[in-house]
Amino acid sequence: MVQYAHLDASFAALSDATRRGVLEQLGRGDASITDLAEKFHMTLTGMKKHVGILEQAGLVATQKIGRVRTCKLGPRQLAEETAWIEAYRALWASRFDALDNLIEELKQKEKTDGRKRKA
Amino acid sequence: MAANEKRDPASPTNVERKSDRDLVVTRTFNAPLRIVFEAWTKPELFQRWWAPKSFGITFISCQMDVRTGGNYRMELGHPSSEKPMAFFGRYIEVIPNARIVWTNDEGSEEGPVTTVTFEERGNETLVVFHDRYPSKETLDAAIASQATSGFGQQFEQLDALLAA
Repeated sequence: MVQYAHLDASFAALSDATRRGVLEQLGRGDASITDLAEKFHMTLTGMKKHVGILEQAGLVATQKIGRVRTCKLGPRQLAEETAWIEAYRALWASRFDALDNLIEELKQKEKTDGRKRKA
Repeated sequence: MAANEKRDPASPTNVERKSDRDLVVTRTFNAPLRIVFEAWTKPELFQRWWAPKSFGITFISCQMDVRTGGNYRMELGHPSSEKPMAFFGRYIEVIPNARIVWTNDEGSEEGPVTTVTFEERGNETLVVFHDRYPSKETLDAAIASQATSGFGQQFEQLDALLAA
């Protein structure tokens, strides 16, 4: 059930256009809550709320350095890279399986040709 | 060797992001190096494995002048796109039976440089395919363009769901 709770949290987090905008913005680079509030024409309190929801869903991570809270993409976003690498691996695995078959064919051909030459 | 010799199961394909800007794919093939190298450098052979059928990609054309300074250009078709996708670049270095290095010039920005090395190990050949991107940002962008397009789709589905 824990997973479902997590899924609910991300759906809720992503259901809001501002929050999706924030994710896009953070994809381009880290930003403070003040920066984000300015970009999205919002009060600091309003932006804090949005970031809090994204943070709970694991989509954003924040870190307070001095008086500034910096936001960056969260661990869920890193999972995207893992998924991409897996898709890339799948492409190469099928490519190399095809190459394996071709190489086997070339090996057989070489063997047959060799036998013919000897005969 | 016996003619009915059993084939070993295919060896695994490994993919690793070795650094901020390096992506490396490795695989071992059960064949002498010269045969593996041939399959990478003869266009009529290369076309038979580079575009996997299971991905729905087909070759429309393939020109490869595999020597240092030579060019390549290939056009691939996919049912989802009307126009063929063109891939092209230049061979920076070709050392027969050892190493091929090429540029990937089809993108709007500077593409990665690909280095493929071949190494004989007993009866097997280790192939290392290495893409080095110009910067961390370009590799991140290559990953993000795929990842975010998937993300975009999710959002659209979600919007449709919420509007319903």
